[in-house]
Amino acid sequence: MNVTEILRFAWQGVTANKTRSALTTLGILIGVAAVITLVAVGTGSSKAVQDQISSLGSNTLTVTASSTTGGGLGGGGGFPGGGGFPGLPGAAGQSDTTSQNATKTREPQLTLEDARAIAESQQAPDVLGVAPVVSPSSVTATYQGASHTVGTFTGTTPAYLAIDNSTVQDGHSFTDTDYTSHSRVALVGTTVAQDLVGSDIKSIVGKTVAFNGLTFKVIGVLSEKGSTGPQDQDDRVIAPATSVQDTLAGYGALSSISVKATSADTVDAATTEVEAVLDGQHGVTSADRDYSVNNAASILSAATSSNRTFTVLLGAVAAISLLVGGIGVMNIMLVTVTERTREIGIRKAIGAGKPDIIGQFLAEAVLLSLFGGVVGVAIGLVASQFTIVGVQPVVAPYSVFLAFGVAILIGLFFGLYPANRAASLRPIDALRYE
Amino acid sequence: MTDTRSPSSRSAQHHQVIDMQSITKTYGEGEAIVHALAGVDLTIEAGDYVAIMGASGSGKSTLMNIIGCLDVGTSGRYLLDGIDVRRLTERQLSIIRNRKIGFIFQSFNLIPRTSALRNVELPLAYAGLRTAVRRDIALASLDRVGLSDRVDHLPSQLSGGQQQRVAVARAIATEPVLLLADEPTGALDSHSTADVLQLFDALAAAGRTVVVITHEADVAAHAKRVIDMRDGLIVSDARRAGVDEPPPLWQPASSTGVVAP
Repeated sequence: MNVTEILRFAWQGVTANKTRSALTTLGILIGVAAVITLVAVGTGSSKAVQDQISSLGSNTLTVTASSTTGGGLGGGGGFPGGGGFPGLPGAAGQSDTTSQNATKTREPQLTLEDARAIAESQQAPDVLGVAPVVSPSSVTATYQGASHTVGTFTGTTPAYLAIDNSTVQDGHSFTDTDYTSHSRVALVGTTVAQDLVGSDIKSIVGKTVAFNGLTFKVIGVLSEKGSTGPQDQDDRVIAPATSVQDTLAGYGALSSISVKATSADTVDAATTEVEAVLDGQHGVTSADRDYSVNNAASILSAATSSNRTFTVLLGAVAAISLLVGGIGVMNIMLVTVTERTREIGIRKAIGAGKPDIIGQFLAEAVLLSLFGGVVGVAIGLVASQFTIVGVQPVVAPYSVFLAFGVAILIGLFFGLYPANRAASLRPIDALRYE
Repeated sequence: MTDTRSPSSRSAQHHQVIDMQSITKTYGEGEAIVHALAGVDLTIEAGDYVAIMGASGSGKSTLMNIIGCLDVGTSGRYLLDGIDVRRLTERQLSIIRNRKIGFIFQSFNLIPRTSALRNVELPLAYAGLRTAVRRDIALASLDRVGLSDRVDHLPSQLSGGQQQRVAVARAIATEPVLLLADEPTGALDSHSTADVLQLFDALAAAGRTVVVITHEADVAAHAKRVIDMRDGLIVSDARRAGVDEPPPLWQPASSTGVVAP
C-alpha cells in the first residue's frame, strides 16, 4: 500500500460528500484566517504605537507627576536668561516650601519652579533644553462658524518646538517675548487649520481663533508630522504656557516637563541628572519619588509589552476558533467512519491491514484541515491588506506558519481517534453493519 | 504474486486447503451459552467445489466466518492451506485473507463510487503490487468474468449480476487457494443467478477450490460435494462428483461469455 494509493482513497472520501467536506473545511479555514488576521492587527497596532513614540525623538525625556491628586499651588514661572527660559521679572512664583513642609503631606505635582531648576542646574550638563507643558483638555477651536475639537493643546515655551522636533511651515513661531508678555498667540497643526479654514491652510495665519471662547491670534502653522496609528499628530495647538494658564488651564500644576538630552547616547545620563535635581526640589529619594522620568525607549518598552498582551489575547481568541474547527473535523470523521463501516469491513475482508485503514482515514482528516489551512492562509493574507478598526495590519510571518502548522496538526490529532476506531472494527461486525 | 493453485489439482494427490478438527464456537456464558458450532470436523481438498447448506441458525454462517478467517473458533484446530490460523496476529490474518481467500458476498460488497477496475485492483493494492502490474491482472480478471467492456463503470451503473461478476473478478484476482461465497445468488434474479452459477462451474472446472454457503438446493446442485448442517454440526456429507471431475451441471459451451482460463 503506497502513499499515493492512500491519498487517492482519502481524496475519494473527501469528495464523496462535497458539501459536508466544504463546511468542515470552513471551520479550519475561519480559524486559520482569524489567527493570521488578528495577529496582524495586533502587530500592526504595536508598530503604529512604536512609530508614534519614536517620532517623539529618541533623546526626549518626559517628566510626569506620579499621581495627580489635587491642583495645589503652581509657581508662576520666572526664568531669567539661560536654558531657553525667558525671564519674567516681577512674576517670580512663590517657590514651594517643599523642604520646610513635611514631605509626606506634599501633593505630587510639577511646577514651573521644577522646570526652571532643571534648566538652571549646573549639575545637568547633558540636558540641552527644558520646556514645561500645560495641557488643558477638551479645547474647542471656533473660527467664523467652523469648529474643531483640538486633539492636543500644549501650553509651553518656545524651546518646546526644538525638543519636540517640530517646525513651523507657514508664519513664524512665538518668541520669548510672547512668553513673558503673556501674548495670546498660537501655532496650529495642519489638521486644525484645515478644519477651520479649509484647504488653503496658509490663510489661517494672522486670523483670530477662539479656543473655548477665548481668542488667540494664529501666528503660524506647524509642519506636518503625519499620522501614525490611530492618533493624528497634526491635530494640535501650541501656545505660550503663560497665556494658556491665564485663559484655559489656570495656574495649577504642570502636566509634564519635556527635557531634551544633548544626544541619544546621553539620555540615561540626562535622566539621572534630572532625577537628582528634582529629588532635591521635592525633598524625596529614589524610594519615595513622586514623579517619574520617561524617555521614548522606556515608554516604547511599556507600550510594546502592553501591545504584546493585546496581540496574544487576539491570537488566543483566534486559536480557540481553530480548535473548534478541529473538533468539527473530528465530528465529521466520526460520522464518516460510522457511515462507511461496511466499506471498512469489505476492505478488511479483502486484506486491508490496520495501518491501511488508519492511513486512509487519517489522510482524509488531514486533507480536510489542509484545505482549510491553505484557503485560510490566503484569506488571512488578503484580509490583512485592509485597514481594520483603524489599524493597518502587519502580517507576522510566524503567525502564517504557526496557523498552517497547527491546522495540519489538528487534522492529525483529531483524525487519529476516528481513524483508530475505524481500524479497530472487526471485519465480521463491520460487514454485518447496515 | 505466485500462483498458489496446486499444480497437482488434477492428479490423485490432493493437498488439503481446509483441515478443521473439532471446531467449536460458543457465544455468551453460563445459562445463556449458545453453541453456534458444536465440534465440526471438515477437510476440503484442493480443486473441490463444496456447497455448505443449512437453515438459518444451523451454524453455516459461523462456519463460513471461521473458514474465511473473519472470526476465530472457541476451540479446535483449523489449518488453512497448511497454516494454523489460530496462532496468527490480526495483521497476519489480514495478509492471509488477502493472499489465500477470495470472498464473494450476497450483497456484492463493492466499494461504492469506485470503478469496476479499481474494485478489482483493491486486493492487489493491499497486497502491495505496483500500479501497472495490478492493472494488467485486474483487466485479465474482468475479462475472465466477461466484463472487459465494463471496466470503467461504477457499481451503481451495473446490474446485480454484473456487480456480482465484478466481485468474482475481485475474488480471483489474487489467485487465492480458496473462493469463499456466502449466498452468492441471494440478491439476484433467476437469469443472473444462472450466469453467476455457470461462472462458478467454469472456475471449478478450471481447478479452483470453491466453497459456497447457501440455503438453496438449486445452488447446491452445482457443487461436487454437498454438506448439510444443523444445530452446529455436520449432519450429511454427500459427494456428487469426484474432486477431479467437472462439476455436475457444467456446460463447457456456456452462453455467459465466460472464458475458462
